[in-house]
Amino acid sequence: MALIKKETVRKRMGRRIAANSTAKGIFIAATMFALVVLAVLLYRIGSEGMEYLSLEFITNFASRMPERAGIWAALIGTLWVMAVTAPVSFILGVGTAIYLEEYAKKNAFTRFIQINISNLAGVPSIVFGLLGLTIFVRLLELQRSVLAGGLTMALLILPVIVVASQEALRTVPRDLREASYGMGATKWQTIRRIVFPAALPGILTGTILALSRAIGETAPLLVVGALAYVAFVPENLFSQFTVLPIQLYNWTSRPQEDFHMLAASGIIVLLIILLIMNSIAVYIRNKFHKRF
Amino acid sequence: MDGNRNNSSSIRQMIKDNKSKRSRSALTEKTMPKLFLACAIISILTTVGIVFTLLAETFTFFERVSIVEFVTNKHWFPFTGEEHADYGIIALVAGTLTVTAIAMAVAIPVGLAAAIYLSEYASAKTRKIIKPILEVLAGVPTIVYGFFALTFVTPLLKEFIPTLKIFNALSPGIVVGIMIIPMIASLSEDAMNAVPNSMREGALALGATKFEVAIKVVLPAALSGVIASFVLGISRAIGETMIVTIAGGSRPTSDINVTESIQTMTAYIVQVSQGDAGFGTTIYYSIYAVGMTLFLFTLIMNLLAQFISRRFREEY
Repeated sequence: MALIKKETVRKRMGRRIAANSTAKGIFIAATMFALVVLAVLLYRIGSEGMEYLSLEFITNFASRMPERAGIWAALIGTLWVMAVTAPVSFILGVGTAIYLEEYAKKNAFTRFIQINISNLAGVPSIVFGLLGLTIFVRLLELQRSVLAGGLTMALLILPVIVVASQEALRTVPRDLREASYGMGATKWQTIRRIVFPAALPGILTGTILALSRAIGETAPLLVVGALAYVAFVPENLFSQFTVLPIQLYNWTSRPQEDFHMLAASGIIVLLIILLIMNSIAVYIRNKFHKRF
Repeated sequence: MDGNRNNSSSIRQMIKDNKSKRSRSALTEKTMPKLFLACAIISILTTVGIVFTLLAETFTFFERVSIVEFVTNKHWFPFTGEEHADYGIIALVAGTLTVTAIAMAVAIPVGLAAAIYLSEYASAKTRKIIKPILEVLAGVPTIVYGFFALTFVTPLLKEFIPTLKIFNALSPGIVVGIMIIPMIASLSEDAMNAVPNSMREGALALGATKFEVAIKVVLPAALSGVIASFVLGISRAIGETMIVTIAGGSRPTSDINVTESIQTMTAYIVQVSQGDAGFGTTIYYSIYAVGMTLFLFTLIMNLLAQFISRRFREEY
């Protein structure tokens, strides 16, 4: 007498195999859902935004008439804000990373900084806006200026740059440092001439990705007080300004269909900028990245 | 003779140069760590700044509106004049949690399924194509998602639910969910990838199907990371601003109907920043009280996620 009933086993196996293939189908469908959404989103924006997309759209100021409206002020405003954000966040972020990776002792204070940075990364961007409004706009009396907006953004992306730079510094192997010390170099010489150059591609990739996040951010600058309707470009760091996402928000929140199409055109420009920045980041990563 | 003297004097010169160089380099050697420490301290100051500004302005707010009213009143009508204004955070919290619940109902099943597919079923080649696409989805600015919610998802949903208002909770909820899918998918996939292959092979050798391996072996082993990714997703949904501002409307209410307009905490802060509530008015201080509540919600979620992934991690 057989201990195993072949009938039952076969039936059960059939069910299990069927469950496996159904589940696989569901998992694939879920993954495809995400891809389809992206495709639909891009298609919708492409088909709505082509109408007004032209050279004048880029070089014109905002206007109440959709056919004359453009994004020049917003585009230049974004550049101004990034001109503040990029150097400030790069210097502070890389400095913090070098301190944590190269100098800091493994003690409670270092752990505290590390935990603090990972928690900062989870703070909603609009809360950074409130911080910027209180500290930069009111306390330091920078008013609703490019400088106040740029500094707020720098603090927002600081944790991202710190974490990316730390990872880049960590990939530099001990041998390189020890060889440098062995040649008689001091710690700072080793960091400046050996460790930092070796980690630079990783640091730059992380910084560019963080900046591309800042370019797409709207909420903190709305709170800090970027203007919604601007017909001039900033003249200096203390000028009032608008940025691309805020211009898009302004158009999107109007009821008329034409302004939605303008918003779609602006989104195309924004996405192209982000695409270029991401391509540069990927290029740097692939071209200069060394595996030690 | 002369040459020798020249040599020795130039050597002396070299030694002198070297010494001054050394002292200079010793100085840099000492100052650089301090400079870097100063950079690191800026990040602490940022946290201190956030907590301090939120607390200080929130206290000013509570001098004008009692904290009891803030926590228990079910209405939020700040724009009806100082006398009749209602400041009950429940209405805004209800809006926020509604959107978050809808978002998680979309993001958790889809994100987890995508993670299981990528880590257990997909070939290395498929993974190499799909992961960058998910990264693109994660990199799309929220203003673009907001536009998508208002001009595409809402009209689409209206086909099925004719009573749907232009501004409603459902459409931004779904779109916030879509925005979070890549985050949950990639964090959960990381957690599942950390499960050693020997465990999968053991189960497969016993005759388990891939589905059984995924559900009964890999998922339980990676559970702490997976749950942590859900909690981080919730935190992200609570703090999301532009999508809900654009597509959710500005009608704070605690009787939730997903087809009607709502207002979230974040959307209220934007609404006030956009208007001309002057510095020093109660409305001005109210955004800090709302910001404080928002900050506490997300902080608790982030700490919870860290706790879960540390406390319940299975080490292999």
